[in-house]
Amino acid sequence: MGGQILWDDVSEGMEIGPVVRHPSTQQLVKYAGASGDYYQIHYDKDFAQGTGLEDVIIHGALKNAFLGSLVTDWMGPRGNLRRLSCQYRGMDIPGRPITARGVVTGKYEDDGEFLVDCEIWLENEEGQRTTPGRATVSLPSS
Amino acid sequence: MSSTPAFLTEEMRQQAIGRESLPNTVEVEKGAIIKFAQAIGDDNPVYNDEAAARASRYGGLVAPPTFLRSVAAGRPEYPFEVPFHRLLDGGSDWEYFEPVRPGDRITSVSRIEDINERNGRIGLMLISTIVITYTNQFGQVVATQTNTSIRY
Repeated sequence: MGGQILWDDVSEGMEIGPVVRHPSTQQLVKYAGASGDYYQIHYDKDFAQGTGLEDVIIHGALKNAFLGSLVTDWMGPRGNLRRLSCQYRGMDIPGRPITARGVVTGKYEDDGEFLVDCEIWLENEEGQRTTPGRATVSLPSS
Repeated sequence: MSSTPAFLTEEMRQQAIGRESLPNTVEVEKGAIIKFAQAIGDDNPVYNDEAAARASRYGGLVAPPTFLRSVAAGRPEYPFEVPFHRLLDGGSDWEYFEPVRPGDRITSVSRIEDINERNGRIGLMLISTIVITYTNQFGQVVATQTNTSIRY
Protein backbone atom coordinates (compact mmCIF):
# COMPACT_ATOMS: atom_id res chain seq x y z
CA MET A 1 0.00 0.00 0.00
CA GLY A 2 1.58 3.23 -1.11
CA GLY A 3 0.19 6.75 -0.68
CA GLN A 4 -2.84 8.19 -2.42
CA ILE A 5 -2.71 8.59 -6.18
CA LEU A 6 -4.62 11.63 -7.48
CA TRP A 7 -6.64 11.84 -10.67
CA ASP A 8 -4.79 15.05 -11.59
CA ASP A 9 -1.50 13.16 -11.57
CA VAL A 10 -2.70 10.23 -13.71
CA SER A 11 -1.95 10.22 -17.42
CA GLU A 12 -2.71 7.88 -20.28
CA GLY A 13 -0.01 5.28 -20.69
CA MET A 14 0.89 5.27 -17.00
CA GLU A 15 1.84 1.78 -15.86
CA ILE A 16 0.16 -0.13 -13.03
CA GLY A 17 2.28 -2.76 -11.25
CA PRO A 18 3.93 -5.08 -12.05
CA VAL A 19 3.09 -7.34 -9.12
CA VAL A 20 4.53 -10.86 -9.29
CA ARG A 21 2.49 -13.64 -7.70
CA HIS A 22 3.63 -17.14 -6.82
CA PRO A 23 0.42 -19.16 -6.47
CA SER A 24 1.00 -22.58 -4.87
CA THR A 25 -1.26 -25.64 -4.70
CA GLN A 26 -1.73 -24.69 -1.04
CA GLN A 27 -3.12 -21.32 -2.08
CA LEU A 28 -5.57 -23.05 -4.42
CA VAL A 29 -6.81 -25.20 -1.54
CA LYS A 30 -7.18 -22.10 0.64
CA TYR A 31 -9.07 -20.39 -2.15
CA ALA A 32 -11.31 -23.42 -2.65
CA GLY A 33 -12.21 -23.30 1.05
CA ALA A 34 -12.70 -19.53 1.20
CA SER A 35 -14.77 -19.31 -2.01
CA GLY A 36 -16.63 -22.62 -1.81
CA ASP A 37 -15.43 -23.62 -5.30
CA TYR A 38 -14.49 -27.27 -4.81
CA TYR A 39 -14.21 -28.26 -8.46
CA GLN A 40 -11.50 -30.95 -8.39
CA ILE A 41 -9.55 -29.62 -11.38
CA HIS A 42 -8.04 -27.12 -8.92
CA TYR A 43 -6.54 -29.60 -6.41
CA ASP A 44 -6.79 -33.20 -7.65
CA LYS A 45 -4.14 -33.83 -10.30
CA ASP A 46 -5.54 -37.23 -11.38
CA PHE A 47 -8.98 -35.69 -11.80
CA ALA A 48 -7.57 -32.72 -13.69
CA GLN A 49 -5.60 -34.97 -16.05
CA GLY A 50 -8.72 -37.12 -16.53
CA THR A 51 -10.43 -34.06 -18.02
CA GLY A 52 -7.53 -33.54 -20.42
CA LEU A 53 -5.61 -30.90 -18.50
CA GLU A 54 -1.85 -31.23 -18.03
CA ASP A 55 -2.05 -30.44 -14.30
CA VAL A 56 -4.28 -28.76 -11.72
CA ILE A 57 -5.07 -25.21 -12.82
CA ILE A 58 -5.54 -21.94 -10.96
CA HIS A 59 -9.17 -20.94 -10.40
CA GLY A 60 -10.18 -18.28 -12.89
CA ALA A 61 -11.84 -16.47 -10.00
CA LEU A 62 -8.53 -16.39 -8.08
CA LYS A 63 -6.88 -14.78 -11.10
CA ASN A 64 -9.80 -12.33 -11.13
CA ALA A 65 -8.97 -11.61 -7.46
CA PHE A 66 -5.28 -11.00 -8.30
CA LEU A 67 -6.35 -8.40 -10.84
CA GLY A 68 -8.69 -6.87 -8.27
CA SER A 69 -5.81 -6.50 -5.81
CA LEU A 70 -3.58 -4.98 -8.50
CA VAL A 71 -6.14 -2.25 -9.10
CA THR A 72 -7.26 -1.63 -5.49
CA ASP A 73 -3.62 -1.35 -4.31
CA TRP A 74 -2.91 1.11 -7.11
CA MET A 75 -5.99 3.31 -6.54
CA GLY A 76 -5.14 3.77 -2.83
CA PRO A 77 -7.41 4.11 0.22
CA ARG A 78 -9.56 6.91 -1.27
CA GLY A 79 -10.08 5.28 -4.65
CA ASN A 80 -13.27 3.42 -5.57
CA LEU A 81 -13.39 0.41 -7.85
CA ARG A 82 -16.33 0.83 -10.23
CA ARG A 83 -15.77 -1.93 -12.74
CA LEU A 84 -13.51 -4.97 -13.03
CA SER A 85 -13.55 -7.46 -15.87
CA CYS A 86 -11.34 -10.24 -17.14
CA GLN A 87 -11.40 -13.10 -19.60
CA TYR A 88 -9.76 -16.46 -19.05
CA ARG A 89 -7.88 -16.99 -22.29
CA GLY A 90 -5.21 -19.38 -21.05
CA MET A 91 -4.77 -21.77 -18.15
CA ASP A 92 -2.23 -21.06 -15.42
CA ILE A 93 -0.58 -23.75 -13.34
CA PRO A 94 0.44 -23.35 -9.67
CA GLY A 95 4.17 -23.31 -9.00
CA ARG A 96 4.87 -20.90 -11.84
CA PRO A 97 5.03 -17.15 -11.26
CA ILE A 98 2.37 -14.95 -12.84
CA THR A 99 2.67 -11.21 -13.17
CA ALA A 100 -0.16 -8.71 -12.83
CA ARG A 101 0.22 -5.53 -14.88
CA GLY A 102 -1.82 -2.70 -16.23
CA VAL A 103 -1.79 0.55 -18.13
CA VAL A 104 -4.02 3.62 -17.94
CA THR A 105 -6.05 3.95 -21.15
CA GLY A 106 -8.10 7.04 -20.40
CA LYS A 107 -9.29 9.57 -17.82
CA TYR A 108 -12.49 11.63 -17.74
CA GLU A 109 -15.08 13.26 -15.52
CA ASP A 110 -18.59 11.85 -15.32
CA ASP A 111 -21.37 13.17 -13.10
CA GLY A 112 -18.91 14.78 -10.67
CA GLU A 113 -16.69 11.69 -10.49
CA PHE A 114 -13.07 11.59 -11.62
CA LEU A 115 -12.68 8.31 -13.47
CA VAL A 116 -9.77 6.36 -14.87
CA ASP A 117 -9.99 3.42 -17.30
CA CYS A 118 -7.24 0.81 -17.27
CA GLU A 119 -6.29 -2.21 -19.27
CA ILE A 120 -5.08 -4.92 -16.90
CA TRP A 121 -3.78 -8.43 -17.38
CA LEU A 122 -1.94 -11.41 -15.95
CA GLU A 123 0.97 -12.76 -17.93
CA ASN A 124 2.85 -16.02 -17.60
CA GLU A 125 6.62 -16.60 -17.70
CA GLU A 126 6.54 -16.59 -21.50
CA GLY A 127 4.91 -13.16 -21.46
CA GLN A 128 1.57 -14.49 -22.77
CA ARG A 129 -1.47 -12.62 -21.48
CA THR A 130 -3.51 -15.49 -20.09
CA THR A 131 -6.02 -13.22 -18.36
CA PRO A 132 -6.69 -9.85 -20.00
CA GLY A 133 -9.19 -7.45 -18.49
CA ARG A 134 -10.28 -3.90 -17.82
CA ALA A 135 -11.00 -1.76 -14.79
CA THR A 136 -12.56 1.60 -14.05
CA VAL A 137 -11.79 3.44 -10.81
CA SER A 138 -12.77 6.80 -9.40
CA LEU A 139 -10.02 8.81 -7.71
CA PRO A 140 -9.82 11.97 -5.64
CA SER A 141 -8.83 14.76 -8.02
CA SER A 142 -6.55 16.66 -5.67
CA MET B 1 -24.21 -18.84 -36.04
CA SER B 2 -24.61 -21.67 -38.53
CA SER B 3 -28.05 -22.01 -40.10
CA THR B 4 -28.65 -25.56 -38.84
CA PRO B 5 -27.87 -25.77 -35.15
CA ALA B 6 -26.21 -28.98 -33.93
CA PHE B 7 -28.02 -28.82 -30.62
CA LEU B 8 -29.47 -25.47 -29.65
CA THR B 9 -32.49 -24.39 -31.68
CA GLU B 10 -33.76 -20.82 -31.67
CA GLU B 11 -36.83 -22.02 -29.77
CA MET B 12 -34.62 -23.52 -27.05
CA ARG B 13 -32.63 -20.27 -26.85
CA GLN B 14 -35.78 -18.24 -26.37
CA GLN B 15 -36.99 -20.62 -23.66
CA ALA B 16 -33.70 -20.33 -21.80
CA ILE B 17 -33.14 -16.57 -22.02
CA GLY B 18 -34.58 -14.80 -19.01
CA ARG B 19 -34.62 -17.87 -16.76
CA GLU B 20 -33.61 -17.02 -13.19
CA SER B 21 -32.25 -18.98 -10.28
CA LEU B 22 -34.06 -19.01 -6.97
CA PRO B 23 -32.79 -16.15 -4.78
CA ASN B 24 -30.16 -17.19 -2.25
CA THR B 25 -29.44 -15.15 0.87
CA VAL B 26 -26.19 -15.40 2.82
CA GLU B 27 -25.13 -13.42 5.87
CA VAL B 28 -21.59 -12.09 5.43
CA GLU B 29 -19.40 -13.15 8.34
CA LYS B 30 -16.39 -11.14 9.44
CA GLY B 31 -14.25 -14.28 9.58
CA ALA B 32 -15.25 -15.21 6.04
CA ILE B 33 -14.04 -11.83 4.73
CA ILE B 34 -10.68 -12.16 6.51
CA LYS B 35 -10.28 -15.76 5.35
CA PHE B 36 -11.07 -14.78 1.77
CA ALA B 37 -8.55 -11.90 1.85
CA GLN B 38 -5.89 -14.27 3.19
CA ALA B 39 -6.71 -16.88 0.54
CA ILE B 40 -6.25 -14.39 -2.31
CA GLY B 41 -3.07 -13.03 -0.68
CA ASP B 42 -4.35 -9.47 -0.24
CA ASP B 43 -3.12 -7.78 2.96
CA ASN B 44 -5.08 -4.54 2.49
CA PRO B 45 -5.99 -3.52 6.08
CA VAL B 46 -9.61 -2.69 5.15
CA TYR B 47 -10.17 -6.41 4.56
CA ASN B 48 -7.96 -7.80 7.33
CA ASP B 49 -7.48 -5.46 10.28
CA GLU B 50 -10.53 -4.30 12.18
CA ALA B 51 -8.79 -1.42 13.99
CA ALA B 52 -7.16 -0.06 10.81
CA ALA B 53 -10.41 -0.52 8.89
CA ARG B 54 -12.28 1.46 11.54
CA ALA B 55 -9.92 4.37 10.93
CA SER B 56 -10.49 4.15 7.15
CA ARG B 57 -13.27 6.01 5.34
CA TYR B 58 -15.37 2.83 5.46
CA GLY B 59 -15.41 2.93 9.28
CA GLY B 60 -15.01 -0.84 9.44
CA LEU B 61 -14.07 -3.96 7.50
CA VAL B 62 -15.27 -4.35 3.92
CA ALA B 63 -15.07 -7.32 1.57
CA PRO B 64 -12.58 -7.59 -1.33
CA PRO B 65 -14.15 -7.01 -4.77
CA THR B 66 -14.44 -10.67 -5.75
CA PHE B 67 -15.60 -11.85 -2.30
CA LEU B 68 -19.16 -12.12 -3.63
CA ARG B 69 -18.00 -15.27 -5.44
CA SER B 70 -18.26 -16.97 -2.06
CA VAL B 71 -21.93 -16.20 -1.38
CA ALA B 72 -22.97 -19.07 -3.62
CA ALA B 73 -25.41 -17.72 -6.16
CA GLY B 74 -27.74 -20.42 -7.41
CA ARG B 75 -27.57 -21.44 -11.04
CA PRO B 76 -30.56 -20.91 -13.30
CA GLU B 77 -31.91 -24.18 -14.62
CA TYR B 78 -31.99 -24.70 -18.34
CA PRO B 79 -35.41 -25.66 -19.67
CA PHE B 80 -33.83 -28.63 -21.45
CA GLU B 81 -31.36 -31.42 -20.76
CA VAL B 82 -27.79 -30.14 -21.29
CA PRO B 83 -25.71 -32.95 -22.82
CA PHE B 84 -22.37 -31.40 -21.81
CA HIS B 85 -20.91 -32.10 -18.39
CA ARG B 86 -17.68 -30.13 -18.43
CA LEU B 87 -17.74 -26.53 -17.36
CA LEU B 88 -15.29 -23.72 -18.09
CA ASP B 89 -15.42 -20.23 -16.69
CA GLY B 90 -14.86 -17.83 -19.59
CA GLY B 91 -14.59 -14.62 -17.60
CA SER B 92 -16.39 -12.07 -15.46
CA ASP B 93 -17.38 -8.42 -15.71
CA TRP B 94 -18.18 -6.83 -12.33
CA GLU B 95 -19.84 -3.51 -11.61
CA TYR B 96 -19.69 -2.20 -8.06
CA PHE B 97 -22.17 0.12 -6.38
CA GLU B 98 -21.93 -0.29 -2.60
CA PRO B 99 -19.38 -1.79 -0.19
CA VAL B 100 -20.10 -5.21 1.34
CA ARG B 101 -19.67 -5.32 5.13
CA PRO B 102 -19.73 -7.96 7.87
CA GLY B 103 -23.33 -8.61 8.91
CA ASP B 104 -24.76 -7.76 5.50
CA ARG B 105 -27.35 -10.18 4.20
CA ILE B 106 -26.66 -10.53 0.50
CA THR B 107 -29.29 -11.97 -1.79
CA SER B 108 -28.07 -13.20 -5.15
CA VAL B 109 -30.12 -14.07 -8.21
CA SER B 110 -28.60 -15.28 -11.47
CA ARG B 111 -30.29 -14.91 -14.81
CA ILE B 112 -29.56 -16.35 -18.25
CA GLU B 113 -28.96 -13.28 -20.40
CA ASP B 114 -27.94 -15.10 -23.57
CA ILE B 115 -27.02 -18.56 -24.80
CA ASN B 116 -25.42 -19.71 -28.04
CA GLU B 117 -23.68 -22.76 -29.40
CA ARG B 118 -20.31 -22.71 -31.06
CA ASN B 119 -18.03 -25.29 -32.57
CA GLY B 120 -14.53 -24.68 -31.24
CA ARG B 121 -11.23 -26.35 -30.62
CA ILE B 122 -12.78 -28.47 -27.87
CA GLY B 123 -15.81 -29.46 -29.95
CA LEU B 124 -19.38 -28.29 -29.60
CA MET B 125 -19.85 -25.79 -26.78
CA LEU B 126 -22.77 -23.99 -25.18
CA ILE B 127 -21.77 -20.47 -24.25
CA SER B 128 -24.05 -18.73 -21.75
CA THR B 129 -24.00 -15.19 -20.47
CA ILE B 130 -25.19 -15.23 -16.87
CA VAL B 131 -25.88 -12.02 -14.94
CA ILE B 132 -25.79 -12.28 -11.15
CA THR B 133 -27.33 -9.43 -9.16
CA TYR B 134 -26.26 -9.07 -5.52
CA THR B 135 -28.60 -7.06 -3.27
CA ASN B 136 -28.10 -6.19 0.41
CA GLN B 137 -30.64 -6.17 3.25
CA PHE B 138 -31.47 -2.52 2.51
CA GLY B 139 -32.55 -3.34 -1.02
CA GLN B 140 -29.41 -1.75 -2.52
CA VAL B 141 -27.78 -3.53 -5.45
CA VAL B 142 -24.17 -3.83 -4.24
CA ALA B 143 -22.78 -5.37 -7.42
CA THR B 144 -23.61 -7.14 -10.65
CA GLN B 145 -21.45 -9.84 -12.17
CA THR B 146 -21.75 -10.85 -15.81
CA ASN B 147 -20.20 -14.26 -16.37
CA THR B 148 -19.40 -16.20 -19.49
CA SER B 149 -19.97 -19.87 -18.83
CA ILE B 150 -18.88 -22.56 -21.27
CA ARG B 151 -20.27 -26.11 -21.25
CA TYR B 152 -18.69 -28.69 -23.50
